Amino acid sequence: MNMRRFCRFVLLWCAAVVLVATASTVRAAEEILIYTALEDDQIPRYLVPFKKEHPDITVKIVRDSTGVVTAKLLAEKVNPQADVVWGLAATTLLVLDQEGMLAPYAPKGVEKVAPQFKDSRNPPQWVGIDAWMTGFCVNTVELKAKNLPMPASYADLLKPVYKGHLVMPNPASSGTGFLTVSALLQLMGEQKGWEYLDKLHQNMALYVHSGSKPCKQAGAGEFPIGISFGYRGIQEKGRGAPIETIFPKEGSGWDLEANSLMKKSNIKPAAKTFLDWAISASAMKEYAKSYAVVAIPTGEPIPEGFPREPLKQMIKNDLSWAAKNRARILEEWEKRYGAKNEPKK
Amino acid sequence: MADTVIHSTGPARVRSILDAVDLHQWLMRGMILLACLWMAVMVVLPLLQLLSKSLVDHDGAFVGLANFIHYFRTPALSMSLYNSLFVSVVTTAISVMLGFLYAYALTRTTIPGKAVFRGIALLPLFSPTLLNGITLVYLFGKKGLITTGFFGYFEKSAGITLAADIGLYGAVGIVIAEVFYVFPQAMLILSIALSMTDARLYEASDSLRASNVRTFLTVTIPGIKFGLMSATFVSFILCFTDFGAPKVVGGNYNVLATDIYKQVIGQQNFVMGATVSVVLLIPTVIAFLLDRISQRKQVALIAAKSVPLTPKRHPVRDGVFLAYCSIIALLLVAFLATAVYASLVRVWPYDLSLSLKNYNFRNMGGGGYPAFFNSIRMAFYSSVIGTVITFASAYLIEKSKGMFLLRQGAYFLSMLPLALPGLVIGLSYIFFFNQPTWALLGLEVRNPFNALYGTMAILVISNIVHFYTVSFLTATTALKQLDKEFEAVSESLGVPFYKTFFRVTVPVCMPAILEIGMYYFVNSMATLSAVIFLYSADIPLASVAVANMDDAGDVAPAAAMSVLIVLTNITARLLYGLMTRGVHQRTQAWTRPVST
Repeated sequence: MNMRRFCRFVLLWCAAVVLVATASTVRAAEEILIYTALEDDQIPRYLVPFKKEHPDITVKIVRDSTGVVTAKLLAEKVNPQADVVWGLAATTLLVLDQEGMLAPYAPKGVEKVAPQFKDSRNPPQWVGIDAWMTGFCVNTVELKAKNLPMPASYADLLKPVYKGHLVMPNPASSGTGFLTVSALLQLMGEQKGWEYLDKLHQNMALYVHSGSKPCKQAGAGEFPIGISFGYRGIQEKGRGAPIETIFPKEGSGWDLEANSLMKKSNIKPAAKTFLDWAISASAMKEYAKSYAVVAIPTGEPIPEGFPREPLKQMIKNDLSWAAKNRARILEEWEKRYGAKNEPKK
Repeated sequence: MADTVIHSTGPARVRSILDAVDLHQWLMRGMILLACLWMAVMVVLPLLQLLSKSLVDHDGAFVGLANFIHYFRTPALSMSLYNSLFVSVVTTAISVMLGFLYAYALTRTTIPGKAVFRGIALLPLFSPTLLNGITLVYLFGKKGLITTGFFGYFEKSAGITLAADIGLYGAVGIVIAEVFYVFPQAMLILSIALSMTDARLYEASDSLRASNVRTFLTVTIPGIKFGLMSATFVSFILCFTDFGAPKVVGGNYNVLATDIYKQVIGQQNFVMGATVSVVLLIPTVIAFLLDRISQRKQVALIAAKSVPLTPKRHPVRDGVFLAYCSIIALLLVAFLATAVYASLVRVWPYDLSLSLKNYNFRNMGGGGYPAFFNSIRMAFYSSVIGTVITFASAYLIEKSKGMFLLRQGAYFLSMLPLALPGLVIGLSYIFFFNQPTWALLGLEVRNPFNALYGTMAILVISNIVHFYTVSFLTATTALKQLDKEFEAVSESLGVPFYKTFFRVTVPVCMPAILEIGMYYFVNSMATLSAVIFLYSADIPLASVAVANMDDAGDVAPAAAMSVLIVLTNITARLLYGLMTRGVHQRTQAWTRPVST
């Protein structure tokens, strides 16, 4: 019998299996894995000072939408992969907290962060870096073409002229969608809030799956008015889309982008170094270029397009109420608006 | 050792042949067992994990069917089941009908340019289904080419209003997008069924003076009965489980596939996600079983004495079919051309000048060019490893003797992935592979597959499983054409089976092997549903990038990335064409009649 042939055949078979099995990655000592929901256009800019100050630490970034990042973290609960969460919505960090997935850590300089921007426990489970808030993206070209007035408030959006021209993110799949709905319920009280949403629903053309999409759809003229968040509208305008960003008169719903240390068996020192840096002056300076409100005031001018007094624009928002009632609100929302099938013409 | 066999004589030689045969038998059995084990670990165990997840509550306590009761009591959710069934049935009806006519034209008429028509019909196979949705938005969206009447071009130049708003977002959009996706698959199955027929039946019908209609109803249709059923079931399953198209053009029209995504990604409700996955599985498994049962009744249509049917010229009929095929082909080409055009336009619809700006992908979600090259790598690995595993398994199941039950089991396991939606594979793989330990009878056992989580390997495995069945069937069909005598003769000569395998089986089956490789490659390139749950930080993928960019509203770059995927796949397909031509000349000489 020809043993060589036989061996070759078996080897080929095994090689396939082994090739598949050993393709796993090997990690260096000073390497941390960061999960983030910060915008794609922000991350490279933010990381420039960090790389300069800590050249010895390699950061690997998993960037995705709030929903996907949270789902990934929860799916990996039994065996966490991430070392650090950076810039994830505080309301979803609260969910992770309830699951006992966060490790308490007080980064250097945390005392400078105002109380409403961080977890009240000491050491805190999470620390905020900036706030983002509801803004309407309005396409001025389309508005003129369709002869529509410029909306200035939530109440304006109920006017019959806007019927079929509005689009907003589905709160079940978008952080921006949820903070807007939760703000309306807090502003008007639950009963009035749902009544408002019922009427808004009559005007709504479509619910989409991300917070950025309504603004980009407005920019492309697909739907002239998109309920989105301020940063996105201002960015779109900067890129040349005919977009005006409106912050509603009644006040904007908001959420924090916050950081946290993941609870796992081997917490790396580099992870803590990163969290220290993430609320340092150099990091805050970068955040302040994107957002009007950051956790530690920097003295930088407020970016073009935001309200001059951003803190006044933000409503009184109870983040822990929002987190606690999230499941209930979403279920109610699905019951009221989820079963609708055809988009209204 | 081989030398001793040849040189020894008499009873000693016979004994050594017998020993060798025995050894080979055991080796073969061992490998069949290995093949079964591989399918069990990669298919059955993850599915069980998913199933068990649907029977527990959030904290892991067993709750029986409570999740399913909750599901059917929530009107918004159970409505999705109805919606999914509705769009799938409509899509299936339309695409099987269109596919049948197209396949009929390619097999039973004498229209010119059949190869071109066939090639064009396969175009949608090369693109992610998200692209179908995106293209529809560019055509029929509020600012689409058709909706605005080519931006009012015809109205201005000729005074004709061509603008029409079809109300894209919802069932209408989903059905159109799915028809584009499903049509080529239905067409392929039906054209195979139509090409396998016996001309003598038609001669008989002709000599009995049966009318054309009668011949069609009593000869043609019964002849392709099983192909028709297969096409119907496959279309239904594909549409029922697709996720890309409804995500883009579904609007507020919820279907099961998008519900799973919303439950898992939007609400992080894994238990409900698993529950909806199981609901999604039920109709596909039923369709799958019906298909299997009907195939079992199929008897060979082609007997040794069959005469292949050569279509005769028929000017009127051929003219009609040529027109029909031209219209469909034109639509398919125009559809792709729209996507290419949209990816090149600077700012739709305000600045229609052309640029490559959208192919830049900088400051964009999804990972840009590294993601694109990762996808090519992944598709390549899936193609090579998948082909080796699939063909070897098919060979073992088809050509070995004995162990009937095990082989039947392996065959069933190989068919099963056809009924599994990509989303279900992806979700069950998260549950299965990221579990560091298993609780077995109160013991903590380390999960040996845990290391695969978050690697390229798990992506490749999920692709191999996702596209296993069709590849396996291709391999089996090719192997069946090969006479079992080869194995019998080699065995009686004491030639080990692996020698026969490499010297005879592989060269003869080379065209099928290449086809499997290509099939794995193009599908792995375009697929989204399984990998969207499994890709990791180091390994962003092109199709996921398309989804992310579209989600963020960066539709033009999403179209651009899709166009890159389509171009890659067309290149792969052309390469395959070249390779098969070369291989055909070298390995398929035996199929040609001997020249005298």
